[in-house]
Amino acid sequence: MTVTTKPQQASGAARTGTRQYSDRTRAERRLGWLLAGPAFVVMLAVTAYPILQAVYDSLFQYRLTAPQDRQFIGLRNYGVILTDAVFWRDLGVTLLITVITVAVELVLGFALALVMHKALKSVRGLLRTAILVPYGIITVVSAFAWFYAFDINSGYVNHWFGWVPGINPDLNWFANTGTALFVIMASEIWKTTPFISLLLLAGLAQVPNELTEAAEVDGASWWERMSRVVLPNMKAAIMVAVLFRALDAFRIFDNIFIMTKGAYGTETLSLLAYRTSIGRLEIGLGSAISVLLFICVLLICFIAIKLFKVDLAGARGEK
Amino acid sequence: MKTSSRRERTIWTVLTVLVLLYALFPVASIFATSFKLPSDLTTGKFLPTSWSGSNYEQILVGNAQELFLTALRNSVGIALIATFIAVVLATLCAYAIARLDFPGKRLVLTTALAVSIFPVISIVTPLFNLWRRIGLYDTWPGLIIPYLSLTLPISIWTLAAFFRQIPWELEQAAQVDGATTWQAFRKAVVPLAAPGVFTTAIIAFFIAWNDFVYGISLTSTEAARPVPAALAFFTGASQFEAPTGAISAAAIIVTIPVVLLVVLFQRQIVSGLTQGAVKG
Repeated sequence: MTVTTKPQQASGAARTGTRQYSDRTRAERRLGWLLAGPAFVVMLAVTAYPILQAVYDSLFQYRLTAPQDRQFIGLRNYGVILTDAVFWRDLGVTLLITVITVAVELVLGFALALVMHKALKSVRGLLRTAILVPYGIITVVSAFAWFYAFDINSGYVNHWFGWVPGINPDLNWFANTGTALFVIMASEIWKTTPFISLLLLAGLAQVPNELTEAAEVDGASWWERMSRVVLPNMKAAIMVAVLFRALDAFRIFDNIFIMTKGAYGTETLSLLAYRTSIGRLEIGLGSAISVLLFICVLLICFIAIKLFKVDLAGARGEK
Repeated sequence: MKTSSRRERTIWTVLTVLVLLYALFPVASIFATSFKLPSDLTTGKFLPTSWSGSNYEQILVGNAQELFLTALRNSVGIALIATFIAVVLATLCAYAIARLDFPGKRLVLTTALAVSIFPVISIVTPLFNLWRRIGLYDTWPGLIIPYLSLTLPISIWTLAAFFRQIPWELEQAAQVDGATTWQAFRKAVVPLAAPGVFTTAIIAFFIAWNDFVYGISLTSTEAARPVPAALAFFTGASQFEAPTGAISAAAIIVTIPVVLLVVLFQRQIVSGLTQGAVKG
């Protein structure tokens, strides 16, 4: 097919002399790096360099308000953070948000994917367009939309759902850890479920039709077809979707910043890092939190890849 | 194909309405809020009692104009430039990955993957410090550069997936006719690749347009502050007035380009997102 022309061409060149063949290979390699190099260098420059700088800065006592007092203190910043209850509380909140949002998004996203997969041609475009609106919308806008809907002053949720036990016109959703986290997660779920459902939709499309049809002929119920045929066949897509969303949810910042600024026990690690370095200008401590956050992300990745055997490269197109 | 019975039709209508409600309700909610007068905000009703354009007036021609329009200009400019640079670099890179054989190919892809899962907040602190020292703090380039960490990796993945599906016979034909690899790339591949590049640009633009962490951490004035960060700092017309209406109006305005792109290019965006993510 497409690839076959090239070796023939190359072997033609090789017959006239091996030098030419290796020249061509060398030229291809050089061109490869010439084209891929700039992107590679830029990616390293904007991430690897700053994270190394953060590791270095985290070893110093360093406040921007008193730069002359900067001094090397080894790992003491890490000691301060790891013995601080606030860090562990924020880690707990971060993990809680990650687990709940990803779990809900997986179920909701799968339902949406099923609807889009089976939808009649006439509404398929409409459904996909609608679902892309939350995907494309700015997270801060989503945060404000949910915030204003629930807000005690400008909201209507308290009035609409007054019949639900616990909800009354005086309920201030954002003055309470549980209720505030509920709205924060609702906004996060609304905004990011479309992404997960599109990944799952692609996974659904990969399940061979013959398999489901054969199962149907054999008298399998809808539920049996789903759990025995469809789900096992799209395991790779599910794992990739979960891992990507988990890593994304772990970095949650925008929604919380807009709704509570981390007050009332809704602070996550990202907000803690922001508050420490940008808010209080504690570069040393802030860098240490940044490094810890980065280590957490690496750990999640490591666990996913080693324990759950998520083949990121394979599933993302590189075979 | 089964003929759809009435019952089936009803189920599909209900499902479609449910999905539409899910996807559009929060947008409708903030849309309704954006037309409320300050006196209307506390009624506890979804719709305004009388539709008023005063919030839009305030941010487009009124006293919040300066704040919003400069932020809008910053957002558009910075997001477009970051998208452009990312797509140019990613196009060259993805072509090399899809088409050429060179050592380190996997390394480039793995790096892109690693960068895309990088916690943004982790690199904000060092950048904040460095930018202040070298004068990039609160400037356009000071945001464009870190935006590349968001837009470049996904562009590389999406484009590499697109480029693998291009019929490369044309390129070989051009090479057989005596064109160099570079000429073949420019004359035969670019026209074929353009749709993929365009789709990638939309996705990259969404990501740059959405940024909040960099925007809020690396700017301090109107010189470079993008809309999402500006919204967080919006204050009301007076200190006793909540900025709810103005923020809602601004939110609707920055959502318009998103809705337009989504409506016009739904098919491309879906294929771009799914191809870049899961081979299918």
